[in-house]
Amino acid sequence: MRILLASVYLFLLIAGPAAAQDNPIQQVLQENRDLLEESSRRTIGPAIDAISDSGLPQAQAVLEKWQAKELWQREADGLFFFAEDIGSDTYRLIDIATGAPVGSYDEDDLDQLKPNSGIRGMIGAALVRFQLMDPDPAKRADALDAISRDAEASHLDALRGSIADETDPGLKARKARLERILTIAYDPDPAARIAAIQSFKGDLGVDARAALNPLVATTRAAVTDAPPEDENIARLLRPGSDALSEVEAYALLVDAGLAPPRLSLDDQRAALAAHIENGRVGGVPVDRLDTVAARDRAYSALADAGTVPAAATEAEVAQALSSHVFYERYAETDPAVTEAANAALGAIAFKVGLNQGADLALDALSLASIYFLAAIGLAITFGVMGVINMAHGEFIMMGAYTGYVVQQVVPNYTASILIALPLAFVLTFAAGVAMERLVIRWLYNRPLETLLATFGISIALQQLAKNIFGTQARPLTSPDWLDGALVFNDVVSISYIRIAIFVLALAFLALFLFIMRRTRLGLEVRAVTQNPRMAASMGINPDRINMLTFGLGSGIAGVAGVAIGLYAKVTSELGQDYIVQSFMTVVVGGVGNIWGTLLGATLIGSLQKGIEWLNPSNTLAAQTYMILFIILFIQFRPRGIIALRGRAAGD
Amino acid sequence: MTSLLEVSGVSVSFDGFNAINNLSFEIGPAELRAIIGPNGAGKTTFMDIVTGKTRPDEGHVLWGGMNKSLLKMNESQIAREGVGRKFQRPTVFEDQSVFDNLMMALKKNRAPWSVLFYRQSAADRARVAELAEEIGLSDQLHRKSGELSHGQKQWLEIGMLLAQEPKLLLVDEPAAGMTLAEREHTTDLLKEAAKTRAVVVVEHDMEFVRRLGCKVTVLHEGAVLAEGSIDHVTQNRQVIDVYLGR
Amino acid sequence: MRDSFFAKNPSVLIFLTLLALFTLAVTLLGEAHGTGAISTSFVKTLGKTLCLCLVAIAMDLVWGYTGILSLGHFAFFGLGGYMIGMWLMYARTELIVAESLAQAEIPPTPDEIRDAIATQIFGVVGGSEFPAVWAFAHSLPIQLALVVLVPGALALVFGWLAFRSRVTGVYLSILTQAMTLALALYLFQNDSGLRGNNGLSGLQNIPGAGDIPQSIISIRFFWASAAALAAGYLLAAFMVSGKFGSVIRGIRDDEARVRFLGYSVEGYKLFVFTLTAVIAGVAGALYYPQAGIINPAEVAPIASIYLAVWVAIGGRGRLYGAVIGAALVSLLSTWFTGGQAPALPLGFYTVDWVDWWQVLLGLGFVLVTLFAPSGIGGLFDLVAGRRHPDRHGADLGPDKGSFREREAEQ
Repeated sequence: MRILLASVYLFLLIAGPAAAQDNPIQQVLQENRDLLEESSRRTIGPAIDAISDSGLPQAQAVLEKWQAKELWQREADGLFFFAEDIGSDTYRLIDIATGAPVGSYDEDDLDQLKPNSGIRGMIGAALVRFQLMDPDPAKRADALDAISRDAEASHLDALRGSIADETDPGLKARKARLERILTIAYDPDPAARIAAIQSFKGDLGVDARAALNPLVATTRAAVTDAPPEDENIARLLRPGSDALSEVEAYALLVDAGLAPPRLSLDDQRAALAAHIENGRVGGVPVDRLDTVAARDRAYSALADAGTVPAAATEAEVAQALSSHVFYERYAETDPAVTEAANAALGAIAFKVGLNQGADLALDALSLASIYFLAAIGLAITFGVMGVINMAHGEFIMMGAYTGYVVQQVVPNYTASILIALPLAFVLTFAAGVAMERLVIRWLYNRPLETLLATFGISIALQQLAKNIFGTQARPLTSPDWLDGALVFNDVVSISYIRIAIFVLALAFLALFLFIMRRTRLGLEVRAVTQNPRMAASMGINPDRINMLTFGLGSGIAGVAGVAIGLYAKVTSELGQDYIVQSFMTVVVGGVGNIWGTLLGATLIGSLQKGIEWLNPSNTLAAQTYMILFIILFIQFRPRGIIALRGRAAGD
Repeated sequence: MTSLLEVSGVSVSFDGFNAINNLSFEIGPAELRAIIGPNGAGKTTFMDIVTGKTRPDEGHVLWGGMNKSLLKMNESQIAREGVGRKFQRPTVFEDQSVFDNLMMALKKNRAPWSVLFYRQSAADRARVAELAEEIGLSDQLHRKSGELSHGQKQWLEIGMLLAQEPKLLLVDEPAAGMTLAEREHTTDLLKEAAKTRAVVVVEHDMEFVRRLGCKVTVLHEGAVLAEGSIDHVTQNRQVIDVYLGR
Repeated sequence: MRDSFFAKNPSVLIFLTLLALFTLAVTLLGEAHGTGAISTSFVKTLGKTLCLCLVAIAMDLVWGYTGILSLGHFAFFGLGGYMIGMWLMYARTELIVAESLAQAEIPPTPDEIRDAIATQIFGVVGGSEFPAVWAFAHSLPIQLALVVLVPGALALVFGWLAFRSRVTGVYLSILTQAMTLALALYLFQNDSGLRGNNGLSGLQNIPGAGDIPQSIISIRFFWASAAALAAGYLLAAFMVSGKFGSVIRGIRDDEARVRFLGYSVEGYKLFVFTLTAVIAGVAGALYYPQAGIINPAEVAPIASIYLAVWVAIGGRGRLYGAVIGAALVSLLSTWFTGGQAPALPLGFYTVDWVDWWQVLLGLGFVLVTLFAPSGIGGLFDLVAGRRHPDRHGADLGPDKGSFREREAEQ
């Protein structure tokens, strides 16, 4: 066995150099053998370039293996191989060119090439070029992702080299874009950078802004006379202006070592405390040191005695500020580049502003459709019938919980939503009818009592829900096809759920209009609400109509509940969150008019989003100001946006 | 004789319907006047305008010797100026006694603060008793007004109007739903009242108007159709057309 | 017939006598001056209940007598609490801070004390400076004035806007509810200057009274609450018994008619609305030092609706009804939700009242509205033999807030 091994070894020893002759990749490696063996970050560059520039098909594999520390050198002849660990410190060597196994060797006969992290980075950069030209488009896309995540100067050339041969148009566009971004950051030629910068004028991409913003980043500095010539000055600053307060300006001087630090109140107190002698500091009794003036007196006494350093006086501070020049400088030294970047960013900011406006409008629209959805049932019970139902929110909640329960039984989300929508309608319709029969019909024309009685029902239903489902939020999951968002560009997007709610709101509007205008029920409802006695004398049963109308309004609230449950968390307090806004929507819009409700929802939705935009950190404040606005609005249009005028409106 | 109330060129429309159309009307300080007209002639709207309930689209409503405009005042200010109104259906405060109703109507300072600290004087009580006597409700003083008969409520309301001591009384269909005897009493009350102040009676019932024996104004489609004594207007061709149809 | 105020209103004298006897009984049974049969915490509960009775009287004035279903009076109550709470918290923190700074080698300057108080109070919301609303927190007289002025001013402005544009009925209710919601949402913000949802706490510790045991403080507050309730009841009875009462009841049943009598309905509504807001603020200022903590949840719209519920259950339009309703429902709520009520085993299910009390209250309230509009106060009519007028179901006036047949007395 040992003899056999030895003979193979011997054979290979002879065959080795011969193999290098007709093995171009091995030849390249051998040419750079010294550099590879030295394996120093400073000198390895030419070797990497030689391999990657060789144009050989194995070049990429060699670099990858090298980077992964899987490239080995046979000590005996210095040839390079790939290797596999086959256990007990023995490795099977594999010929780089052919991929054929060459034989097994003990670890002692081999040297592993161990590139340090610096070299691995350089290899990685060289590899990018191969990855960018990989036949698999997915790998090419990965490489682009990697570059845009973590770009380096070295990527630029590789990227440029790969554009011409790119076959996939999508990837080609991405490469071209990335090339321009890298140009901004890394191209040594200012003209090329400026051209690239200008090409991004009005571009909405976050990557473009990320590439441009560092160019215009500034730092503040202070100097004794004029700012140095070689710095790219953004602007001069005057201490005491909005851009630079006097305190900040003085801090700059202190940081630059141009002025002594100011004495803070804490430092002063500490200094005084450190020099208490016989209950006195600088001649001032300690118990008198409870005013700023007394402390100043004590401190200057100490300073005069030389025990503490003198504090800068106001006059000295003012003198220091006036004798220095303050300015902002760009980190980027080329003024032409910063100027171009500022111009491009200005154009982008304008366009982003426009698109943010569009995004805000979409947001407002979707909030409006949620309010509309929550209010449309109320537009029927309160708007048409004049019945104020404080338990309306609890009907919404019932709808949402119906969706949740159905999902527990039917695991398919699409199917469960399709079952839950009609089921919620039926359940809340029944609840509405029951409530109308048992409570509300005894209280027609007594709206204040109706308000309080339905409030009683509301708190009872809420507590019931709490008892059944617990206080924690229950999930109502939307089907997969509602996940994600419709993305217009980096600024404007809207989630599919919101689109679905919008569509649902439109569907309800259409349904409402159809029922009220085209069906017998609608006709009878209008007759009963306008003149119950006359309607009754014409053979319409007002009791039945009231019951059905109230049921309809409640049923719609239930369906709205399923939709709202998809979007918000389902708790027993879900309804409460919407009830006041819903009433506001109906009142602001004008009672008794569905278009008014639509306008009211739009107004309230846009208003809330608008106020949130002005003060994005605080949605509570937005709601507060929105309600205040509504209260004021009702002052000027007590009957809402669309007011029924004259005698028809009644009093 | 200067007029107490002068309505000139007043128009008002609801949703395109001209309820009052360039109406002009005048009444002196102590005069009884009846206004008649078919349904929708604008009788009630006319009263609404004078009492401040409805704002006209155009025109003037001038009041008293100083020619103050009533259009700039709200209902309660107009009432304090001396315009009293009696509604078609008797509207008294049914949860309160006849005495309280009359006491509330008595001409006094109406500001919240002075009402809060108001204490009934013997004179006030005597005045209430006197009014109750006049409207025939002396022995009902401490009953809740909600328990009165329909006619009694009408009188109570007239009594409250008298207690207000208005310069102008607007009375909307006072005889509706009354028995014959009650009507006679009502006629007397109104005639008596008209001796010291202006009284405008809106009425459907020709017989009742005839009994009042006063000048009559006929309204039609929001404008004055005819004016004069009851015999004069009932012979007017147009009035006959309007009332009987063509 | 026209005798003294009390002769005309015997119920006032009865009420005051009962209140005095109750106060005496609690004092004699309390821990501070009596046998100790009533625990200090229960004395506090009773004191708080008296404050709730006072705000219920305010609610009855505005709703039961004037017909304005305000869903905002608990907000005024809460504002009163916040105003006194600011002083309590400031003054107490000042004592603590002064004590701790006194240990320092160098005595603190006034600014340092103020900064330290601010850090102490606003640390929880990440602040260290006094917001503008705390400008007078150091002064008890000013904060006491604000207890009255702030709810009063808010009610005056809001009422002026609302009544001027003739918003009535449910619209006004919704509007007041919106006002309450706006206030609650505002207070929930951390940068409202009132510690966001943390609210003001430690209010039971009266500054400068550290040596006095809570048992004595609680009985003092109980007396103060009883005195305030007595004063409030007298004031309310005085208002509703005379011509003013006639006018506001007229507004409740038929405000257009009152207007044509020459009364400025808006002025009266504003007067009653503002005055009752002030009463509510005073009640709140007495309540929260006994409760110890106030936070924005107390101001939420639902609290104001509960207030209306109390008055309705007690019987609106009669002052003793409001007191009975508030006392009964709030004490029962405490009893049930406090877990003291025994659970009710039904065999298949055990009714735990902590969970089911609200259901019971809600349904009970529906039943009262439907079947007993005159509430518990109506029981006194049965005893006194008073009957309702027979009006075949008709209300006593055309307005939404008017009395129903069964609420009225013959």
